[in-house]
Amino acid sequence: MALFTKSARQIKVLARDPVLLALIVVIFASVAIFVVYPLVKVLIASLQVRGTWTLETFSQLGQRRLYRNAIVNSLSVGALVGLLGVVIGYIAAFVLTRLDVPGRRILHYLTLLPIISPPFVSAVSILFLFGFNGVITKQVLGLQDFSIYGFHGVVLSQVLTFAPIAYLSLRGVLSSINPVLEDAALNVGASGWQAFWKVTFPLSLPGVASAFLIVFIESMSDFGNPLVLAGAAFPMLAPQAYLEITGSFNLSRGAMLAVVLLIPSLTAFAIQRYYLGKRQYVTVTGKPSASASRIVSPGVKWSLYALVVLFAAVVTLFYGVIVIGAFTRVWGFDYAPTLAHFAYVFDVGFDAVTDTLIIALITTPLSGVLGMVVAFLIVRQRFPGHDLLEFGAILSFAVPGTVVGIGYILAFNSPPFVLTGTLTILVLCFVFRYVPVGIQSGVAVLRQIDPSIEEAARNLGAGSVTTFRKVTLPLIAPAFFTGLVYAFVRAMTAISAAIFLVSANWNLMTVQILNQVGSGRLGVAAAYSLVVIGIVLVAIVIIQTGVARMTRHSVSVKV
Amino acid sequence: MTESVRIQNLVKAFDNPDKTAKPVLAVDTVSLDIKPGELVTLLGPSGCGKTTLLRMVAGFEEPTAGEIYFGDRHMNNVPPNRRDATMVFQSYAIFPHLSIFENVAFGLRLKSLKTAALEKRVTDVLDMVGLSGMANRSPNQLSGGQQQRVALARAIVMEPRLLLFDEPLSNLDAKLRDQMRVEIRELQQRLGITSLYVTHDQIEAMSISDRIVIMRGGKVEQVGTPREIYAQPANRFVAEFIGRANFMSAKVVDQNTVSVAGTQLAVATPLEAAPGTDVTLLIRPEFITLSASEGMLAGSVKRVMFLGNLTEYLVEVPGTEPWLIELSGADSGIFAVGETVNLSLPAAALHVLME
Ligand SMILES: Nc1ncnc2c1ncn2[C@@H]1O[C@H](COP(=O)(O)OP(=O)(O)OP(=O)(O)O)[C@@H](O)[C@H]1O
Ligand SMILES: [Mg+2]
Repeated sequence: MALFTKSARQIKVLARDPVLLALIVVIFASVAIFVVYPLVKVLIASLQVRGTWTLETFSQLGQRRLYRNAIVNSLSVGALVGLLGVVIGYIAAFVLTRLDVPGRRILHYLTLLPIISPPFVSAVSILFLFGFNGVITKQVLGLQDFSIYGFHGVVLSQVLTFAPIAYLSLRGVLSSINPVLEDAALNVGASGWQAFWKVTFPLSLPGVASAFLIVFIESMSDFGNPLVLAGAAFPMLAPQAYLEITGSFNLSRGAMLAVVLLIPSLTAFAIQRYYLGKRQYVTVTGKPSASASRIVSPGVKWSLYALVVLFAAVVTLFYGVIVIGAFTRVWGFDYAPTLAHFAYVFDVGFDAVTDTLIIALITTPLSGVLGMVVAFLIVRQRFPGHDLLEFGAILSFAVPGTVVGIGYILAFNSPPFVLTGTLTILVLCFVFRYVPVGIQSGVAVLRQIDPSIEEAARNLGAGSVTTFRKVTLPLIAPAFFTGLVYAFVRAMTAISAAIFLVSANWNLMTVQILNQVGSGRLGVAAAYSLVVIGIVLVAIVIIQTGVARMTRHSVSVKV
Repeated sequence: MTESVRIQNLVKAFDNPDKTAKPVLAVDTVSLDIKPGELVTLLGPSGCGKTTLLRMVAGFEEPTAGEIYFGDRHMNNVPPNRRDATMVFQSYAIFPHLSIFENVAFGLRLKSLKTAALEKRVTDVLDMVGLSGMANRSPNQLSGGQQQRVALARAIVMEPRLLLFDEPLSNLDAKLRDQMRVEIRELQQRLGITSLYVTHDQIEAMSISDRIVIMRGGKVEQVGTPREIYAQPANRFVAEFIGRANFMSAKVVDQNTVSVAGTQLAVATPLEAAPGTDVTLLIRPEFITLSASEGMLAGSVKRVMFLGNLTEYLVEVPGTEPWLIELSGADSGIFAVGETVNLSLPAAALHVLME
């Protein structure tokens, strides 16, 4: 009753601002249609065989060894990659934020490089280095019967791909722990070791757990690396679901595997968000500060540093191999330099380049603005269903792309929504899939901005849309930048959901890379990867310039 | 354009964060009339609901009950951007991404004024608040006091029907606060804009207001001019909040006399209470005089504090609470601790509270 009157009151207030009300309704509807509805379709498909309700597909889990193995394999890879990723990420974050070591900037960028490249570039590098014709395995070591395919290949590739994500998130956590706390521990007689384990580590623990879960989710959802490196003897959930649908045309089994894939990811997401998220706010206090940590001895310091340099060196090696591979005639046999692979990309395969660019260019501003608008609604407006909208809008972060892809072909292949094979479906998929990062950074930045600044704009006569455009958006420009870059990078590098949605008319570079790897043309795959990385780097510079222009205070009148 | 404001039985209930408990009544049935051109201050301790009341007038909070009128116009359903009641925020709320000029011009630009007219108005107002020459600076290049002036300029440039201030001076140091207080008052009187001003600083309230509203726990305790509130506080809370005071238990003797510790004292205003009633006598410390030879009550000096412009005595009189007495510069420093003194209490200085 009290709840009802409250909602009624909120609606009454909103009704005075029809634009805002309309905006909320539209966003609600689109989240329902493009985030929730496809998931419901997946669930329904997994529980139906030829139109009748049944648990038959789920009983397959017990009967078929293949499925059981896929579950165990995916979970164990996810857990191990999460663990290794967090260890590497923590060390790198600690060294690069808290220790006074040379070359921090360049190490930072090298560590981040994997984030902006297609997620299976490292898989291609691994084939170059350790494959049947790999430089190291064949040329250097002369191994005959070594196979990189399987558990170790996937783990190696995913650690390299996802450790940077752990690094990025732990960097924020570590740099916001006030070093004075460590000094205080030393001051009362703790050794450096004790200060770390009793102060710094416990304070960063929620962040560590959260980073672990994020990497775990990424690993579970990863599609490209397992498809390239898992091999037939090592089934994993995401590629298996794909194969059920595209190989055996068995929608309900594919949907069933998607549901199975969804459960651990959603669980991890729920823990990360609703349990750890609250804790992090309480423990981490103080402004980010640059003071160097005094709790490590020189020996420990340089050992940790060596590890970070090693990781950066491995990244460099992997990317170096891609560059060389892109200019090498036939890897493993003929190392003569050639431009043939690029010629192929810019000739035969150029449609995929333009398609990808068009899609990314449409997706990026939509996703960026939507993210900021939703963040604004979440932080600054009260309306019925507020928490539901927040949950729905961020949900897709935790939904593996494979599940989304299956959901989209189930949901938008038949009336009322017929979108398969169109540009629209790809754009919608990308917008709603990649908006959560923008939302979350928007929410974080907005929470730190005094709401009276926006009230001042209202007070001076600005309507809610004007206030958003002229005041809120410029103020949350850093988050807007994050949202735009993330949306662009992801649109350029996405594969797991997109592979279900591409068509003859609209194809993507990542899908091309995967096809080339599949048919053994690693050189072309490498050339495509370089083009993607190049475009992404250029785009980041452009977006940065644009956002900087927006925030620079505009003095239009000379007095 | 200046306007009267009428607030009728205004209530604001907030959900208690602890959901099971009762809602918090931040503002509890407040009524208030503000005349055109008048500056009315809301004064009260922290958490008494001043900001909430002000925000309801600005349209940022939805009243739970009650009405707000500007002139004859019912305002409850008017959104904040149409109220034409500009506000000076406690945190200043200056747009950090805009220059000083653009900050002040913000509201005018929304009215799509002609460029020339806009420039003139902004420049004039910047002159008025002493910020000419700083128009092109960015907000973080200003001192706290200058930012305060930008906030003020941004509000008055709109020539609003009503000006709202939420503790506009609380982030400034003491000297600057005194200076800005005078400037705000002068500006307000010159422009004649009706104003509602929130503060918890009694000196600020006394010096700036036409009338003061004393609030406690969401309710109005007393409304009056600074002089009325000081000389005739409605109750002990108001008296304690405004200035310092001695409170002495007393008994009514007859219409013109009360007794304190057995001594009969004459009062200036006739009493309505029946003889024998227990009352509280309020006496401001600066109205009492001390003498070595003659007076109404005798006591001994317990403490002396020299404060420059005045000297403060604490005197113990048998059968009463200790008395606080302030003597101004000329008569200071005559009595030492332990000396016997006599207190004179002029009839006009005795204010009787019926509690
Ligand atoms: N959004 C809110 N939700 C719940 N309670 C609130 C909210 N805003 C204010 N209150 C409560 O309402 C009461 C009045 O708050 P208000 O901010 O109006 O006080 P104030 O008189 O301005 O105090 P101060 O001098 O400290 O600024 C307080 O008890 C406060 O805790
Ligand atoms: Mg307040």
